[in-house]
Amino acid sequence: MQIGIDLGSRTIKTVALQGGSMLSRTVVESGFEPHRQALQLLADHPKARVVATGYGRHLMQQHAELDVITEIKAHALGARHLFPHCRTILDVGGQDCKVIQLNESGRITSFQMNDKCAAGTGRFLEMMAVSLGYGMKEFGSAAEKAEGATPINSMCAVFAESEVVSLKNRGVPPEEIARAVHLAVASRLSAMVSKTGEFTHLVFTGGVANSETLVRMLEKAVGVPVMVPQDPSITGALGAALHA
Amino acid sequence: MSSEFQVKSDPELWEKLGMDVPRFSGMPTMLTNAYRGIFLSQKNRPEAMAYFDTMVENIHTGRIREIVDAKESGKPVIGTFCVYVPEELVVAAGGICIGLCGGAQGSIADAEKILPRNICPMVKSAFGFKVGKICPYFQVVDLVYGETTCDAKKKTWELLDRYVPTHVMEIPQMKRERDKVLWVEEVKEFKTAVEKITGNTTDFDAIAGGIRTINAKRAALQRLNSLRHHNPSPISGKDMLLIEQIAFYDEPVRFAKKVHELCDELDRRIKDGVAVAPKSTPRILVSGTPMALPNWKLHHIIESSGAVVVNEESCIGTRYYKDLIEEGSENVEQQLERLTERYMKIDCSCFTPNDDRIDQVIREYEESAAEGVIDYCLQFCHTYNIEAVKLREACEKRGIPFMAIETDYSPDDVGQLQTRVEAFIEQIRG
Repeated sequence: MQIGIDLGSRTIKTVALQGGSMLSRTVVESGFEPHRQALQLLADHPKARVVATGYGRHLMQQHAELDVITEIKAHALGARHLFPHCRTILDVGGQDCKVIQLNESGRITSFQMNDKCAAGTGRFLEMMAVSLGYGMKEFGSAAEKAEGATPINSMCAVFAESEVVSLKNRGVPPEEIARAVHLAVASRLSAMVSKTGEFTHLVFTGGVANSETLVRMLEKAVGVPVMVPQDPSITGALGAALHA
Repeated sequence: MSSEFQVKSDPELWEKLGMDVPRFSGMPTMLTNAYRGIFLSQKNRPEAMAYFDTMVENIHTGRIREIVDAKESGKPVIGTFCVYVPEELVVAAGGICIGLCGGAQGSIADAEKILPRNICPMVKSAFGFKVGKICPYFQVVDLVYGETTCDAKKKTWELLDRYVPTHVMEIPQMKRERDKVLWVEEVKEFKTAVEKITGNTTDFDAIAGGIRTINAKRAALQRLNSLRHHNPSPISGKDMLLIEQIAFYDEPVRFAKKVHELCDELDRRIKDGVAVAPKSTPRILVSGTPMALPNWKLHHIIESSGAVVVNEESCIGTRYYKDLIEEGSENVEQQLERLTERYMKIDCSCFTPNDDRIDQVIREYEESAAEGVIDYCLQFCHTYNIEAVKLREACEKRGIPFMAIETDYSPDDVGQLQTRVEAFIEQIRG
């Protein structure tokens, strides 16, 4: 058995493979002691070959016998497994976003990752949802309902929050602000993807790809088909499992 | 020796220099711990690194005492922030030239009490060292010589002048004939400023001596860098960076001698097949903005992630020592012209156009048998940041793995940087 475990900034994901087919998958909150959570998830399969990825990969290595790969490699492997011909991958997780370019045979030729700033990440969307009083699911559907288009200019999580507050206080309907936030993220992600060069399609992975609203907006912004795995948040764990 | 390593303290000396002693007294312990963790934990270091370890132990004491003694005997002590300020002329006047660039997070809060936050961390760190009175080098200089290589620097000099006499040398930003004329004038003015401190004119023989001394120092670093290019690496990138940093505050003749001793050891290591990492270790060239002491952040991340740094295309690296001044001039005028010619070869991104630098990075990439380029840009360094676009294009055209990073001195992006560096190494390994 091969297990991939992705210790992300918000959640821990595992994928177990047996003979190339998926046996199980889990997604749990990271909590305060992510390695304990992770060790518990692995406890049922002491004999499995395990590869860890994600922000907590090195922490895991201090507590268990396993190999590590970066999220970048893990997402590349996972996405390529699900979409065998894909060349461009966008992964947006809780705290970072990355664009990965592959050559024909699937080897990474370049990648980009945001710096320490949280702009355009899951955390940014979450903060904006909270300041508008939405849960994550409602946040997207509210954006769909909006009629007008109020632009949000700031992509800094801190400044954007003040911008949202001032829009609220100007009487702009919350749906419209929700829509503006989604559009701003889509446009930022689209700019980041475009910077890496030519692309004919995009595979969108990571927890943020669960937002259908954002996927639609991103598709419009990049002008090429955007493909999303059935469960985009486990793509990294899948890649790690494939590497095990 | 690693357990004995200890950065030394001398509160009496610091008091005499007008430092904030209570605040500074924690510094040696911090540096000791950092140095042990980052440098002394390395395996198989060359024995001749012992001298450079000693230079770090004495960074706030022994070397400062030497400089104070020189100063008390009437020698000029000049602080600089840039490889464009000609140290040959300081040495010619019997003086000491100290690179004062700041590479520590600790002094940035001091600077931000006065300076805006969103400017280069190196400028903030240096300025903060002075206003916080927490850098013995800054306290001991007669004057500092700034230049106009970037906006943050040239405007900060106006404020720094309130704390320490600050002269400014105008560095042109193009390399036409008329720019060279300006530059020679600036060099002459610099010479006069140094002479004012000594009270003597720096004559032909003195200048020839200054040029010889600094040429010899740069030549020693060239030799070291070319030995270091050997695959497998006989010395780590971190140790090389440290030596390059020490070049900016050590006594140049002694420093060159010690570098040659290390080179002799590396010669033997190469012959005996002794290396710090196996031949299969991915080799990284770091290009871009300088890394002032004690900025070891990127090198430490790279070398902790299983790669080795094999070249610094940087003001702290080859940009400082790749060119020598032609010796054998017949008069002072010719000496200063040749000096200026040498300084005009420096390919700082403040120049436009600056395509020579792109060619230089590619040349060094080949010479060092590197397998990837990480372009290092300090936050808000617009010229290097924008030049990275051309560098990326040049690398991609040749199939050279390239990654640009922008960062500052704070530790809060270490996790992200580590991921990016590791992924870059995975990319090289394929």
